[in-house]
Amino acid sequence: MPRSSPPSLWNALNASHDDLFARFLFGATASVALGDLIRGSALDARGEELRGRSVLIATKDQLTAALTLLELDGVARRLVLCPADLSSEYLPFVVEAAGVDAIVSDRTMPVPDTPGVEYFTTSSPKIQPADYDRTTPLRTEWVLLTSGTTGVPKLVAHTLASLAGAIECREEAETIVWSTFYDIRRYGGLQIFLRAVLCGASLVLASAQEPTTDFLIRAAARGVTHISGTPSHWRRALMSPSANMIAPRYVRLSGEIADQAILTNLQSFYPQANVAHAFASTEAGVAFAVTDGLAGLPASAIGHTPDVDMRVEDGSLRIRSTRIAERYLGPQGRVIPDSDGFVDTGDMLELRGDRYYFVGRRDGVINVGGLKVHPEEVEAVINRHPQVRMSLVRTRKNPITGALVIADVVLNAAPESAGNNVRELQQEILLVCREALPSHKVPAAINFVPSLAVAETGKLMRLHA
Amino acid sequence: MTHVSIRSSVMNEMQQVAEEQNKPLAPLVDDLQLLDSGLDSLCFAIIVARLEDSLGVDPFSAAAAEDAPFPVTLGDFISFYENAAK
Repeated sequence: MPRSSPPSLWNALNASHDDLFARFLFGATASVALGDLIRGSALDARGEELRGRSVLIATKDQLTAALTLLELDGVARRLVLCPADLSSEYLPFVVEAAGVDAIVSDRTMPVPDTPGVEYFTTSSPKIQPADYDRTTPLRTEWVLLTSGTTGVPKLVAHTLASLAGAIECREEAETIVWSTFYDIRRYGGLQIFLRAVLCGASLVLASAQEPTTDFLIRAAARGVTHISGTPSHWRRALMSPSANMIAPRYVRLSGEIADQAILTNLQSFYPQANVAHAFASTEAGVAFAVTDGLAGLPASAIGHTPDVDMRVEDGSLRIRSTRIAERYLGPQGRVIPDSDGFVDTGDMLELRGDRYYFVGRRDGVINVGGLKVHPEEVEAVINRHPQVRMSLVRTRKNPITGALVIADVVLNAAPESAGNNVRELQQEILLVCREALPSHKVPAAINFVPSLAVAETGKLMRLHA
Repeated sequence: MTHVSIRSSVMNEMQQVAEEQNKPLAPLVDDLQLLDSGLDSLCFAIIVARLEDSLGVDPFSAAAAEDAPFPVTLGDFISFYENAAK
């Protein structure tokens, strides 16, 4: 990787010199050795019946999904990865748009009864002996679903080559055990799944039902060395009493803006770790990782990142590389890149000194009397206050300016606890904001809240006004 | 709420916001033109939001909906709230 992608995941594993019986996929309730998997089947040995078909993987359990991906990549024509939280009302649309003619289910997700679609039930984690003809693997299309806060999901078409394009395996002296807070059926999690499979590692999978504390205990028990999540995942993890049970060598953030506060907090909490933040999106693929411990990226990265062309146009980051998704499936079947081959990420950058900083999403702007505010840039300032764990900046309608900015803030300790004076803390946080931000970006109110909602994607829930 | 306390709530918020926003506030007399008060529209936006929280009324949104005129002087501004709170 990346220049010569294997024909399939199975082929990559089969060609590796590792002891595959020493490499595992660790699920919440069961584990599977890769050595067993490449000589067997988690699909009752019926995988052969799925050859050349468009297969929807609809399971609640991540381990089941992981086993199915390994078994069917190179066999199925298309694999559609259905996140566990997809609303069942959209399943008929997904089935139609992706031409699904087979569904692999673990009978935990309600799947529609559709004519022409055959059902397969996984027996995972039980692996049965099976022998597929792997001599002519198909170039399986991988389809990821993205959804906004509401609405019909988009079906983003990738290949193993585009998904794995940023993965470079390094020689490591010690065993690698990857883990991720993400669901592997989302782009950020899938990257970690592929990294583990292609680069000789084991992988500890999260479970949607599992509290963060329990997941961290499980990851610690498996000796996790590398672990990834969104800044929101990490802020939640740092609030967990079991955060100090893991001692990772590598900590990765992606999916949201990594502000300086979370980078600094993680580095001091895990002093032995390399803390990196990466930029990727489902459509644009992985663009770059920043490893200097600072928020933003060096301006020189634009134009000097190997294999990735980047430009900033109308304030937003545009990306061109072999890692981008070519098109959406479905009624429009729209091509994703523009005529120059660039994907507009909708993520807004601001140049300060010799560094670019992400300030927010184009579609998340709050308009205060004609002046634009990105909620994320205000949150980054609020999060600098040592007593703040995380924050959400949102809009409040106003008859004079159209909107005002207000902030919901989660503190490290309850606001009423010893030494905390609510009013004083509000004033302190506002002071930090006034020093760093023009007045229209300073929140008109600071509310202390016990928690903030984080979506299944690992991102802070934002209700766009 | 009495007229006296509405008047003092309005004056308090104006002083508070002027201080927070670092604006020199003109003496608060009834015939002061709001445009000459030293407060900008952001300040008034914050004042209106806070008065909505403390008094439970937002006469600006109501006036905008009815196409009624906005207050011009501080006296108008205060009676705007007094009338809305009736």
